Amino acid sequence: MSDVIDRPPARAGLKVIGTRPVRPDGADKVTGRAAFGADFALPGMLVGKVKRSPHAHARILSIDTRRARALAGVKAIVTAADFPDLASEEYEAGEGAANLRDLSQNCMARGKALYDGHAVAAVAATSAAVADAALSLITVDYEVLPHVIDVEAAMAPGAPLLHAHLFTQGLEETPQAPSNIAARNELTRGDLAEGFAAADVVLEGRYVTAAVHQGYIEPHACVAAFASDGQSQVWSSSQGQFMVRTFCAKLLGLNASDIRVTPSEIGGGFGGKTTVYLEPLALALSRQAGAPVKMVMTRDEVFRATGPTSGAVVTVKLGATSDGRITAAEVELKYQAGAFPGSPVVPGSMTALACYDVPNFRITGWDVVTNSPKVAAYRAPGAPISAFAVESAMDELALKLGIDPIALREKNAVRDGVKAAYGPTFRNIGYVETLEAIRDHPHYQAPLGRNQGRGFAVGFWFNIGGESSAAVHVGEDGSATVVTGNPDVGGSRASMAMMAAEVLGLPVEKVRPIVADTASIGFSMLTGGSRTTFATGMAVTQAAQKIVADLKRRAASIWDVPVENVDWLDGAAVCLDPAKAGLPPLTLAGLAARSAKTGGPITAEVSLTAQGAGPGFAAHLCDVEVDPETGHVTILRYTAAQDVGRAIHPAYVEGQIQGGVAQGIGWALNEEYVFDAEGRMENAGFLDYRMPVASDLPMIEAILIEVANPRHPFGAKGVGEAPIVPPLAAVANAVRRAIDVRMTELPLSPPKVRAAIDAR
Amino acid sequence: MPHVVTACSTCRQFTDGLAEFDVEADTVRRMIQALDRRFPGLGDHIDRRMAIAVDGEIFQDAGAVALTPASEVYLIPRIGGG
Amino acid sequence: MSKRHVTATVNGDPVEFLSDPGTTLLDALRDGLGLTGSKEGCGSGDCGACSVIVDGRLVCACLMLAAEAEGRRIETIEGMARDGALHPLQQKFLEHAALQCGFCTPGLLVAAKALLDANPDPTESETRYWLAGNLCRCTGYDKVVRAVMDAAADLRQARA
Repeated sequence: MSDVIDRPPARAGLKVIGTRPVRPDGADKVTGRAAFGADFALPGMLVGKVKRSPHAHARILSIDTRRARALAGVKAIVTAADFPDLASEEYEAGEGAANLRDLSQNCMARGKALYDGHAVAAVAATSAAVADAALSLITVDYEVLPHVIDVEAAMAPGAPLLHAHLFTQGLEETPQAPSNIAARNELTRGDLAEGFAAADVVLEGRYVTAAVHQGYIEPHACVAAFASDGQSQVWSSSQGQFMVRTFCAKLLGLNASDIRVTPSEIGGGFGGKTTVYLEPLALALSRQAGAPVKMVMTRDEVFRATGPTSGAVVTVKLGATSDGRITAAEVELKYQAGAFPGSPVVPGSMTALACYDVPNFRITGWDVVTNSPKVAAYRAPGAPISAFAVESAMDELALKLGIDPIALREKNAVRDGVKAAYGPTFRNIGYVETLEAIRDHPHYQAPLGRNQGRGFAVGFWFNIGGESSAAVHVGEDGSATVVTGNPDVGGSRASMAMMAAEVLGLPVEKVRPIVADTASIGFSMLTGGSRTTFATGMAVTQAAQKIVADLKRRAASIWDVPVENVDWLDGAAVCLDPAKAGLPPLTLAGLAARSAKTGGPITAEVSLTAQGAGPGFAAHLCDVEVDPETGHVTILRYTAAQDVGRAIHPAYVEGQIQGGVAQGIGWALNEEYVFDAEGRMENAGFLDYRMPVASDLPMIEAILIEVANPRHPFGAKGVGEAPIVPPLAAVANAVRRAIDVRMTELPLSPPKVRAAIDAR
Repeated sequence: MPHVVTACSTCRQFTDGLAEFDVEADTVRRMIQALDRRFPGLGDHIDRRMAIAVDGEIFQDAGAVALTPASEVYLIPRIGGG
Repeated sequence: MSKRHVTATVNGDPVEFLSDPGTTLLDALRDGLGLTGSKEGCGSGDCGACSVIVDGRLVCACLMLAAEAEGRRIETIEGMARDGALHPLQQKFLEHAALQCGFCTPGLLVAAKALLDANPDPTESETRYWLAGNLCRCTGYDKVVRAVMDAAADLRQARA
């Protein structure tokens, strides 16, 4: 892939969109100047630390903090008693609606500890050493309870019960007793029995995935300062400063307007930083201590108390005609939610069949609480799990029918005008184009050697729009500042600057994008759902268009011509008035210099709810080699095609695809939460929780398919999430074809692969 | 009359299992009010938990969207992301 | 707990600091000297985000005690750009878009510099194995490896 060397020309008529400029925050990030969550400091700052439950499930009989309080240097100690005991209430702020009681109790255990690592108390002290000493002086009296982590065990009658108040939602009859099943969700279409009756072949399979962590390299970190006048400030690493503000206000009983949250640079999130863990504790500690408090998690805490996504069991039954037309599909998904309801089983269900035009189906999802950390969103939440099951089943179907796996997908593919399994009708999608791109790629015909196999799989993600705000300010020197409310995790500031530069006609270097605090820009939903370049980009574009309209009006007034006779071209107003032919253009810099005499400062802000997000489709091809002695799987070659609408900055779009593939490969081959008999996580560190390293991977070729989204000013679709959806099955399908055994339980770790070979 | 479809079981809890129904309304907001009158609690459930697709397109802020007698409205679970 | 007085050279400048016996070099750099470019991702030497070069050798600053820095020559990310000019590796990371969130980037750059100091003409495989101690969760390493090899080529040409 020589993409960086041959810079493709920009699209016709576009000067900036589609080029690959150096990102505006780049120099700070390669020199170590960029300030992440743990890099911020205030004078007089205390160190905050959390005492965590060593038990997977235990009643908290008492917490004695007296000895810790007496320790010199200890300035504050909080437990659940220091937070309002909130009622169950759904509140919209982070990843859809969060239950405030559950969120509060996840930040600080109340009555029971529900997983190993659950916070039970927090201290603030003058040094880390004193804080650590204080933690060991806090005595918690536990009554250890039986625990359950496996999703099917948690659903079984008689399983240890996490919540006495939890009655399954979504059943035909309201249950009489509580259980660990929070909800059942069902999506149906057509007549299942009729569909299976029309099938020539019917396949069934059961697929299992392990809980995996988002694995961002930056641990959660924040500084909170609660002032005596009730005004407080938080500096933290998150995917949404407004989300942090809302949740802190709700959990502490404060007014949101009394909290100002400034986002730091964020060292990866992948959905895992769409909620709060430390910020409410740091604020409560700061309020009690009367000094700023900094809290930074250790990696052990990140694994044990944040993230992960669900471990799951998925069964798939497919019926098809002998020529490969799917007549019926039945999918059942059981997802771990962790300690509180809210697994991504609903999006997992909605995406399960989204690539296929299936006349008859039933998809049933079960959301199940377990004694493990409450799951957080992870890149295309829920979709990789259901895709692993459905795409493995589709590969089996292709093998059974003797049909090429890409041809089988093409035969059943959704296209424009087809109603998606989850409801809406697809328009302007580039799914079939991704299939064709892989089919026609040299990789698909390349020869394979001994013990090698080639796997194919597809994936889908909705992508969302939502509320975004952006401001554009023109400086007196003819430069522009773009202000948004969306933390930049993967280079989105570059996209924002490029879209503004395109509209304004400025070189991109003249546009400086920043991410503002909650008091300095209008509300924006968090960075997630692959929405920022689409939705916030729309706000930026519209704000820049308002600036251009304003500049044209000013030029018209200077020239004394009707504004209709002014055009904006290459960063300057051009007079079209026949009576004033030959007037030199008025550049943006020239107009900016005269702003005081033409209407004052040149600035525009747009807040909107972006509609019309275009979905993402991805088709992946993976070659593996399996070592029959050790069971080790080597990824030899990987090619990923995706409909991206239009790539604003193609290098960062490729980067999203390559990164998503790498995470998916880790999920497929190595990563998993391992618990001991007491329900304690055994591998809470990067040595034993094995994420892909550079030597595990080949180059990953990204093919950008551009089927423009007409609802975005430059045609963009979200790109960040779809790439993690196909790899689990692409890898498993490649292993299937290399060793001639279908492996249905992730990760495909060497011992399991070796056992599968031996059992062949 | 606009036709409302929900493939989602959490909505059907409010509708006695009914998955499709016709509602007399000319905007989505009025449709939600009418649904709530017919199936008490459904309006709140839609506001909190559901997204709305009108004639195939998902709207995040659907209240003001106009409906025609031929409109098809899909109630689907709200989508977030990672 | 008595503190130890440590004298060392960081990015060519003499430094002095007091450290507790248990303080790591990473804590001394970040908290004591205000050099927050080196990051703590794990505290156990598994992620490489705190990579620094000590007397020419690549180490994880979280695994070395601050007291062990006595008399040593330490290079951190803050010393990589010289006289206002980015190091070719830094420049190539920008050109190749070899970073997304940027948290692992300082460690990757320091590790890559140590690689090119030791081996000016690494193969892709050598580059991948050398950088295997630096976790990046965003990029899938593709553009990182390309950037390092491209920088190596430029540096070889400059020397030729």
